[in-house]
Amino acid sequence: MTRTAYKYNDIIHRCFRCGYCKFPTNWDDVNNCPAYARFRLESYSAGGRLWLIRAWVNGELEWTEHLAKIVYACAACKNCVEKCPLSFSDEIVNMVIAAKNEMVELGLLPAPVKSFLKNIQLHGNPYGISAKKRSQWMEGTRVETYSNQEFLYYVGCEGSYDTRAQQAARALGELLLKAGVSFGVLGKKEITDGNEVGMMGEDGLLEWVVEKNIKQFKELGVKKIITLSPHSYNAFKSIYPKFDGKFEVFHYTQILSDLMKKRKLSDLKEIQKKVTFHDPCFLGRWNKDYDSPRNVLKSLKGITLVEMERNKKGALCCGGGGGNFYTDILGGSEDSPARIRAREAADTGAEILAVACPNCLTMLEDAVKAERLDDKLIVQDISEILAI
Amino acid sequence: MFQLKFDETKCFACETNDCLTKCQYLKIDPDTAKIEIKKIINKKDSFVLHECVTCYACEEYCPTGNHPFYLIVQRQEELNILPLPDPLIKRGIRIGIPFRGEPDIQEIKGPALNLGVFSSLATLTRGKLFEGLTLMSADSRKMFHYFCQLMYLHFGRISVINERLEKIIETIAAHKVKEVVHFHDECYGTYTSYAPAFGFAVPFKSIHLFEYLYNRLKELKSEIKPLNFKVAYQRPCSSRLSSDKYQFVDKIFDLIGAEHVKREYVGENALCCGGTILGQKKKGSRQFSLDLQKKNIDDMQRAGAQICVFNCPACMQTIGKPVAKKGMMPVFMSDLCRLAIGEKTS
Amino acid sequence: MDAVYQALVKIVGEDYASNRPEELFTYSKDLGTSEPKFPDYVAAPKTAEEVQKIILLANKKKVPVVPLGGGMSLAGLALPLQGGIALDLKRMDQIIELNEKARYVVVEAGISNGKLTAYLHKHYPHLMHSEPGAPPAATIGGNIAIHGQGDMAHPYGFNSDMVNGMEVVLPTGEICKFGSCSIGSGWYTLHPLPDIGLFLGWNGSTGIITKISLRLFPCKKIREMDLFVVEDEGLIPDLLYELTHVGMAEDLIAFTSAIPPFMDGVHHISMNITGDTEEEMEFKRHLLLDGKLARYIQDGTGGIGAVSQDIQRPQISKSADWKKGGGFEYVGSIMPVTAYPECYRRGAEISTRHNIPYTVLGRVIGSAHAMMFSWSYAFNRADPETVRHAREALHETDSLVLELGGTIWKPAVFGQKLMMDRMDSNTLQMMKKVKNLLDPNGIMNPGNWEVNE
Repeated sequence: MTRTAYKYNDIIHRCFRCGYCKFPTNWDDVNNCPAYARFRLESYSAGGRLWLIRAWVNGELEWTEHLAKIVYACAACKNCVEKCPLSFSDEIVNMVIAAKNEMVELGLLPAPVKSFLKNIQLHGNPYGISAKKRSQWMEGTRVETYSNQEFLYYVGCEGSYDTRAQQAARALGELLLKAGVSFGVLGKKEITDGNEVGMMGEDGLLEWVVEKNIKQFKELGVKKIITLSPHSYNAFKSIYPKFDGKFEVFHYTQILSDLMKKRKLSDLKEIQKKVTFHDPCFLGRWNKDYDSPRNVLKSLKGITLVEMERNKKGALCCGGGGGNFYTDILGGSEDSPARIRAREAADTGAEILAVACPNCLTMLEDAVKAERLDDKLIVQDISEILAI
Repeated sequence: MFQLKFDETKCFACETNDCLTKCQYLKIDPDTAKIEIKKIINKKDSFVLHECVTCYACEEYCPTGNHPFYLIVQRQEELNILPLPDPLIKRGIRIGIPFRGEPDIQEIKGPALNLGVFSSLATLTRGKLFEGLTLMSADSRKMFHYFCQLMYLHFGRISVINERLEKIIETIAAHKVKEVVHFHDECYGTYTSYAPAFGFAVPFKSIHLFEYLYNRLKELKSEIKPLNFKVAYQRPCSSRLSSDKYQFVDKIFDLIGAEHVKREYVGENALCCGGTILGQKKKGSRQFSLDLQKKNIDDMQRAGAQICVFNCPACMQTIGKPVAKKGMMPVFMSDLCRLAIGEKTS
Repeated sequence: MDAVYQALVKIVGEDYASNRPEELFTYSKDLGTSEPKFPDYVAAPKTAEEVQKIILLANKKKVPVVPLGGGMSLAGLALPLQGGIALDLKRMDQIIELNEKARYVVVEAGISNGKLTAYLHKHYPHLMHSEPGAPPAATIGGNIAIHGQGDMAHPYGFNSDMVNGMEVVLPTGEICKFGSCSIGSGWYTLHPLPDIGLFLGWNGSTGIITKISLRLFPCKKIREMDLFVVEDEGLIPDLLYELTHVGMAEDLIAFTSAIPPFMDGVHHISMNITGDTEEEMEFKRHLLLDGKLARYIQDGTGGIGAVSQDIQRPQISKSADWKKGGGFEYVGSIMPVTAYPECYRRGAEISTRHNIPYTVLGRVIGSAHAMMFSWSYAFNRADPETVRHAREALHETDSLVLELGGTIWKPAVFGQKLMMDRMDSNTLQMMKKVKNLLDPNGIMNPGNWEVNE
């Protein structure tokens, strides 16, 4: 059956499958598309995916669980967008999301995607944990709930529920307190930002989430938001304005960078360590900020910042985007992008793999363990490094 | 239809014959000059038509405002004495043909900025200096609709300019602009020198970029931090069509605290970048062009310039790299001005 | 369950074997105009030993095996014409050895050109290999197997002339080495042992190349492209003769195209020159531009179009998107340089007949010993009528190549047949014997270079 409603019928045939999309900016290797790195079959490359989507929407191929897996294996990291030399390149990830829209419409989804979306609907988070437990991360901290402070500190689902990411959420809370930033959190009232819901093609649910959040933010008088996750940052910055939700949004590294410049976080400990930084896609390629996290790290005494071979625009994604941190389509192999990235980080000789995203934090920490590199390389969020 | 308004009697009465005697490339004494000018006027073959490097400078040298350069180019075409090899002319003429759709014409209120064919330079026109100006078009697919065509003076092709210029003027005028700041000297020269010389009606006022920048800098004077750089200026051929605006080079430099170095090849004595000479038919043109560039750049260096300032993208393209190799930074005038008010340049 | 699939899973692992419709669809498609040809299985081995096991399996089950590199040939050379196993070799992508002083590198055949270039750029910036004009995802092995050429074809010839040694899995499963590596010496030369290399140009129908030793060449610090233009295509052969006599360029390519308009009917010769110092560069420029070309400049028939331009790698996929169509295919030929004018004129005629703006190019190979002349035909993948036109134009061009005394490069089956129809019968029989000897079960890329007489 042809899918005439598919939004990109007029351009999807234009992909030539030339394969530029597989490379990072420095042409280092063909494995900079996380899904292609993991499976190394043409069907999983960005071009292969577009050709399959076209065949499906044209009725040449039937939907299968495997087709859906290929489509949902896209981590929305935008490496393809960065590298494709053709004029429609900006639309590549959108073409994949539009295919997900169609699959959502038909109710034809891989099982973990279904449960991700269902959990969001029922509990406001993908983990399916009760909303009541959303504020547990802040127990024992001095972080307050939001009530007309200058900033809303939006923690996000990973920071709220994932035990590892909670540490980063707490560290950031402490840091902001230390720097005298006026902020509060939503606690139990917080729900998902919707970024991954959008990336997974569930536009109806996205709309519901966004409108609910905007309503709450407006009622509370929120004007400025600090996010722990670049995914939330992207949602508030790029998606919410389309729903008339205009806020001043900052990723926390942007705030810290500014605080350090103004010497409001001056009594930080000296750390004599070699550190490498992994760019999160939703701060880097999606929002073009490669400097803020590096500025923070460079301002720390004692730290030697070394770059991985692939960095900034050319960074390899941890493989957690587009809901993959939950669906784990790209996991389970030494060629999982997070494990490739962990090896690459270890190759720099760094002792700390710094991240600025709770998704990357959990993905890469697991990968470092799987690679048995945890005796020489630890994964830390920048907020944690500063809180030492 | 469009004819050069050229008054021969002025030439016959001219005592100096500066157009040819001041030429830096053809060494011509006053007696020879007189003979050759007469030949050119009378559509006779003259070595000048063969050896002209097409630097436009005689337009400035002429004391009577009588367009000797336009006449030379016209005669080159009429007598088929073309400065460039045929394929370069064919290719060059076709470069100016728009082929990617019609421009999106929006009405512009207030002064407009015309990039001409250099839409890729739109990044230079950011920041406070350009606030209040509306960019006419920065779409690279449409830039040839704004191409002033004057480049064809280097090609011995007055006819091409005259064929196309009316349409270009129409396109600009369609934006309903009253005042247009031209980013490039060449466009300014087209609408203020060439157009009246050939009888084209231009329904908008043209403003020279440097005059605009100077006035804008005066408004922003409190934000200027003197640059304290020693600068040389690479004067482009098309600035010879607007020599009255050359004063703004020094005015700007004074205002932003840049020291215009004293050197031999400056002002009226400025040397061509060599870009067009390089490809000319005359024997040894490429070597001549290289020697010229060396002479020019060595002169800047001897004078202690730290920065070489450009208006013309073609000059920048031709000698930007060689200048940089000699340790001087090639910078567009607009960027230099942005630096002076503390903005990051492109 | 399917026994072949099960066996493949056992050899390469579940992730890298498939008989699912999605992979079969993907590997059934070439980027050009070829009709889809479906494999029955897809497998992506990691080692020569895995390739060997797959070959043994294929012999046992009498299943065809079609090796695939980057899949960039555009001519459908890696399409499984008779089904079987599409063997994606891109996981075999390691750099095994680089001998700096002997200027060679040993790589696994599935490595991309982009990866090798990036590696050399980073670790050995004074060495380079010949990248083909194809996108960087094209593999070294795939390019060698089709007698590709690319950078430095003027001084050093075909890329397949730059091979110092190979490891090949034969169609019967033996892993063989060729060149000095076969006697346990380094991988530094293919000669002077008896010539038993029967794998280049066979499109993988005589074996699967798994390792290659490739010659590396000096990579000079300064690189630029200079451009010379003429209107009269008849001048191109003489110009190339003159320029190759001077021998200062690293690459010489003559080209023209209908779009953009300024290119139409104006023939450009790009001359890439390189040097370690500005003096070296100017010496080379002087010999090229002021020497042999001066005559053309002064009589007005030729002109210097540009000098000292940055060398841009061709982004060939952009050709595919003229008119937002996402497709193009070209006929490549190996031609005498003297055929340039006729190639251009006749090619433009074919293009006009099929309503496709012409794009033609002749890359000089050796000292103008030949040129790779190509005619590109863009099409809109979503419009079958334009695909048909492109396909017909390609077939007409195949015939034109032979009419003009050329040889079709990387021909699809249609072109292979045209050439075999003309081939000396003894040669043809020798090809048949070689194929039968090496591949008794006829499992290797069947349909390619198949002698049926």
